[in-house]
Order: sequence, then structure tokens, then C-alpha cells
Amino acid sequence: MKAFTVVSSKIAPLDRPNVDTDAIIPKQYLKSIRRTGFGPFLFDDWRYLDAGDLEIDPATRRVNPDFVLNQPAHKGAQILIARDNFGCGSSREHAVWALDDYGFRAVIAPSFADIFFSNCFKNGVLPVVLKAEEVQAIFDGVAKNPDAQFTIDLPAQQVRLPCGKAFSFEIDAGRKHNLVNGLDEIGLTLQQADAIRAYEARRRGEAPWLFQA
Amino acid sequence: MTAASPRTLYDKIWDAHVVKDLGGGSALIYIDRHLVHEVTSPQAFDGLRLNHRQPWRLGANLAVADHNVPTTPDRAQGIKDPISRAQVDALDANCAEYGITEFRMNDLRQGIVHVIGPEQGATLPGMTVVCGDSHTSTHGAFGALAFGIGTSEVEHALATQTLVLKKAKTMLIRVSGHVGPGVTAKDITLAIIGRIGTAGGTGHVIEYAGEAIEDLSMEGRMTLCNMAIEGGARAGLVAVDDKTIAYVKGRPYAPKPEHWDAAVADWTTLKSDPGARFDSVIEIDAASIEPQVSWGTSPEMVLPVGARVPDPAREADPVKRNGMEKALAYMGLAAGTRIEQIAIDKVFIGSCTNSRIEDMRAAAAVVKGRKKAANVKLAMVVPGSGLVKQQAEAEGLDRIFVEAGFEWREPGCSMCLAMNADRLEPGERCASTSNRNFEGRQGAGGRTHLVSPAMAAAAGIAGHFVDVRTLS
Repeated sequence: MKAFTVVSSKIAPLDRPNVDTDAIIPKQYLKSIRRTGFGPFLFDDWRYLDAGDLEIDPATRRVNPDFVLNQPAHKGAQILIARDNFGCGSSREHAVWALDDYGFRAVIAPSFADIFFSNCFKNGVLPVVLKAEEVQAIFDGVAKNPDAQFTIDLPAQQVRLPCGKAFSFEIDAGRKHNLVNGLDEIGLTLQQADAIRAYEARRRGEAPWLFQA
Repeated sequence: MTAASPRTLYDKIWDAHVVKDLGGGSALIYIDRHLVHEVTSPQAFDGLRLNHRQPWRLGANLAVADHNVPTTPDRAQGIKDPISRAQVDALDANCAEYGITEFRMNDLRQGIVHVIGPEQGATLPGMTVVCGDSHTSTHGAFGALAFGIGTSEVEHALATQTLVLKKAKTMLIRVSGHVGPGVTAKDITLAIIGRIGTAGGTGHVIEYAGEAIEDLSMEGRMTLCNMAIEGGARAGLVAVDDKTIAYVKGRPYAPKPEHWDAAVADWTTLKSDPGARFDSVIEIDAASIEPQVSWGTSPEMVLPVGARVPDPAREADPVKRNGMEKALAYMGLAAGTRIEQIAIDKVFIGSCTNSRIEDMRAAAAVVKGRKKAANVKLAMVVPGSGLVKQQAEAEGLDRIFVEAGFEWREPGCSMCLAMNADRLEPGERCASTSNRNFEGRQGAGGRTHLVSPAMAAAAGIAGHFVDVRTLS
């Protein structure tokens, strides 16, 4: 997995609560059996004026000039900010793959849906929870100057604003360690293979019906 | 926590599955059952191949294709959409390569993954159950800790039979008293989401309790827990009782006779101890719940059928007001419109929320001897599995639907998320028994109103929403 330490970038503002995973990546793209290539379809229904699917070249589609990510001022942002309950809905990891493929390294919001939040950490994308008033302050700052550079410093657990102010955020120590070091969680778990086998042996005795073929 | 202190049902299942405490509230948790479908698994199998890993315990996995499968009778000839077909073919190939049991598309046992798990007895009380699908919360109806996971966790579960999890907070939702006639599990679960909001359960596992929950059949409890995720909770739970045990008995994956008594003895402990502490408690009076209809683009935007579409101007919170305005614009609704005046174009009865035999019966009871309204272009009934379909046909329900002008289809996820050919056209309005009214969920530009099977059937007959209790 790609490591995450410090990212400095401007921030793209998506001023909506409850941004669901159907909005982040609509269902027709979930038919892809690959992990990459979802970036052009991120926020597809908002981003384009015409319908799309996997077989339509996104370059041939009509772009919605009113959608925030299409505005030149916000091009190239590696950080997205939104309102409460970002990533609600389906468990599709394609939502994180699409954000990552588009170029977002982090999402800031006052709250995230649980499955999306967990999926981010498996892909080197950092979900940052800030207080609602801190999120508002960043929205205000971006509105004043869309080019303002913000820094997310994961080791220090801080979002630093261009004015010099910093907002601290909480993160689970294990998740932080894996992200900062870009560790493969499956590889780490397999180091516990003996513990898993010991658990199974004990459990097979207690509840054999769980191990019926 | 010591064994002597009162524990919640969630605590008990968690404690029984800790392989290793990882500190900081996290643990390596053993996974008893992994259900697999075609949409969220291909990249996980690729990950296994790339890293030369094998599934840890083959027998823990059960696979079925449901999201992409057509629901038209001609599907025996194969899937026409080449991209959908490739995804289903990939599941078939992956299951064949690794030796995972799969119910293929034309197997009688095929169906929606959250219908077939319980139907086969593959979901058992006290289990940990995962699937790469958020509606895995459904299986909590059996007193199983069941939750949706992303594709990386699908790969993790395949490769290690465990997941690294942080222990959740607990929320008790007690629905006291009894619901009135015409009020179903779907109305209870929608009313709860209307009350707590779509983020109300975030970070929590919900346990549903109270007389109204005890009254529910297993099908009703599955509907209830199915939508725990729409209230933000990754998992919902209902304590085990006699109904749970009776439902499981005799199913293909149920404990073998020599283990049955021990299993039942174990399962009867699967309830929260008296005095167990929950992080939050919500009290709801069952008698106050009426048939529900969602009006917006989030499941929390839901009201009793007798209500009017709300006015954003009366919402003080600017973020919420903005969300309401966007929702009404998308839904093509004006504030103040009576919900019963909203005309519909299509009816969808199905999905992992409401496609079980009881749902089929409830809808059939409403349409029996009536006809679909002329303004309703399509009313489709999609049973949750081949076995549900077979049972419904044995009861003559298919004929009731067809005589009323409703289409009777093959099993699958269908128009709940429109990954197959079943979808809304832009601007079309649907009375749907599914679980999400998000923008574009049932087709780009489609407008979804979430209701119970009886309410969807009634809307199909009336041509607009109507209180099912007023139909004679």
C-alpha cells in the first residue's frame, strides 16, 4: 500500500452532507473487474451532463461547468473537503479507488460513514475528521482563495492552514502506523497464523457446527 | 471486562471471536461465514493471485451472483450485457479455481446473497458474517454479528479468515408496545432512520429490542436489520428466541443432528444480560409508527404517508436546508404537497430488504383481484431467490401478480441498484421496497420513494401513494 505522510495541496470544496457512494461512483462502473481507472468517473452524475458507462470515452462527454471539480480553480487539488456523513451507503471500495485514481490523497469532513472510512485506510487515502466549525473555517478559506495551500501532516496529526493556524485530528494508532509506513495488512495478519490456528482448534471443540463443510 | 459483569449481545459475540487483542480497542476477529458476490470480489481474488495466497478455510465461503443477473425469463440463454457477463463469468471462474461453493445463475438456490444466506442456514446465531456488501447487516436478525466490508477486507477475510476490527459502540433501540395493522418491519426501520438520521448509528452496532421487535417474524427482523446501515450502523442485532431457532432448523447448512442440541443451548445465551450497559438508548413507541414513505434523496428523509412534503424554508440549520432544497429539486417535488398526491411511474417490489416470501405474500394480498393503475408503466415483482420464487408460485402468488398487471421476474438485486437492465429512466418516479433513495440509485435521474411491499403494491393499484390501511 502507498504510504501517507505529509501532503500539501489546495483543497476542493464539495459543500454537501451525506455524499453517498452511489454519487461518488455510480453502479455502472462497478462492473469493471479492475482496481484502477475509476478516476474519470468520480462523481459522474454531477460531473457530466450526459450519461456515461464503461464503454463511453469520458473525453467525448459533455462536462457540467457548474460542478465544483470542473472549475479551473479547483483542478489539481489533492484534498477534498465535504460535510457530515461522507461516504454513506454501499460498501463499494470503488468509491475510494475513484477518489485515489482522480488524485485525491485525503478527504476532510466532520464525519464519515464507517465502511468508507475503513476502506480509505486500505488504499493509502486519509480520511480526516475535523470539528464542524473547523471544516467551516476551511470552506471559508477556500472560498476566499481557492489556490491557498493546506498541509495535512499525518505524523503530527495536524491540518495546517495557510494563515498559520493548525487543526489537530485523532486517528487510531494502528491505522496511522500502517498508513505512515505503507504496510500490507494481510501480510501483517498472516504473521498471526499460529494464533488463528489455535483459535480454530479451540473453537472447533466448543462449537463444531461452525466448521461443518 | 470480566465474565461476571453483564454483557450486551454484541459483547458476547465479540468476545467469542477474539483471536488476538491488538490493543487500543482493536482485535483480530475470527470470521465464521464469508458470503461472496460478483461485484466486490474480482479484485480481491486478483489480490490473492498476485500475492500467491490461498483462501484460509474454503468451507467458510459461499458465493452467488446477484447484482448483475438479468431478471427476465430469457436469462437461461445467458447475460446479454457483455460487461455484466464478464463480471459474473469472473466469479464463476474464481470460485472454480479456488474450490469455493457457488450457486450459479441458473441454480434453483441462486438469489440475493442476503436472502440465500439465511435461507440455506449458512447464517447461524452467534456467527460473525461478512460480505462485500453493506446490507450484510441483514443477517443480524439471527443474533449474528454481520457487517459489510470493502474489497480489501474481502481479500483479507479470504486470506486469513479474520479481520482487524475496532470494537464499536452499542446503541439499544427499544420499540415498545405493538404496531397497528398495516404497519410492517419496513415502516419500523424507516421510522427509526427518520428519528436517528442516516448518521445516527455511525460507529455503533444497533441492538433492536422491545415487544414490537419480538413480534416480528424472521423475515421482518431481516428487513429491520437490513437497513441498520441506512441509519449509519455497520451492524444491527436481534436477540435469539424460539422463532430464530425454528427458522434455522432443517436448513441445508444448519448444524447436523449430532450437534443440534449443543448449538441450541449455545444460541439461547445470545441475548444481552439484564443490566448490560449500552452507549446510547433510543425509545420508540410502536403504536406511534405509521406506514412510511420517503420523500427525498436520503433514507432519513421519510414521513408517515398522511404527511406533506416538508418546507426547507422552515429548517433552521443551513446545511440541512441546503440538502432539503437539493433533494426536492432532484425529486421534482414542491414543499407542502400531500404525499398521497404524488403519482408514480413504476413499482419495484424486491431487493435484499423486501423480497422474501412474507413480502411476496403481503404485496399479493393487496393486489389480489385489483388492477395496476393505467399511469403506472411497469410494476415488477422480483423474488429474492429461486426458492422464494418456487414457494410463491406454489402458493399461486405469481398468478395474482400477473392478473393484476404486475410482472413476475427471476431472482436478483434488479432495480434496487440497476446494475442489470432493470432501471428507471430520467425523471421516472418509483414506489420501491428497496433501501436507498440516493440520486441515480435506480437509474440516472430516477426518483425513488422507499416503502413497504404492501404500500408499494397499493401505490401500483392507485397510481399514487395511498395509505394501505384505507384500502378495503
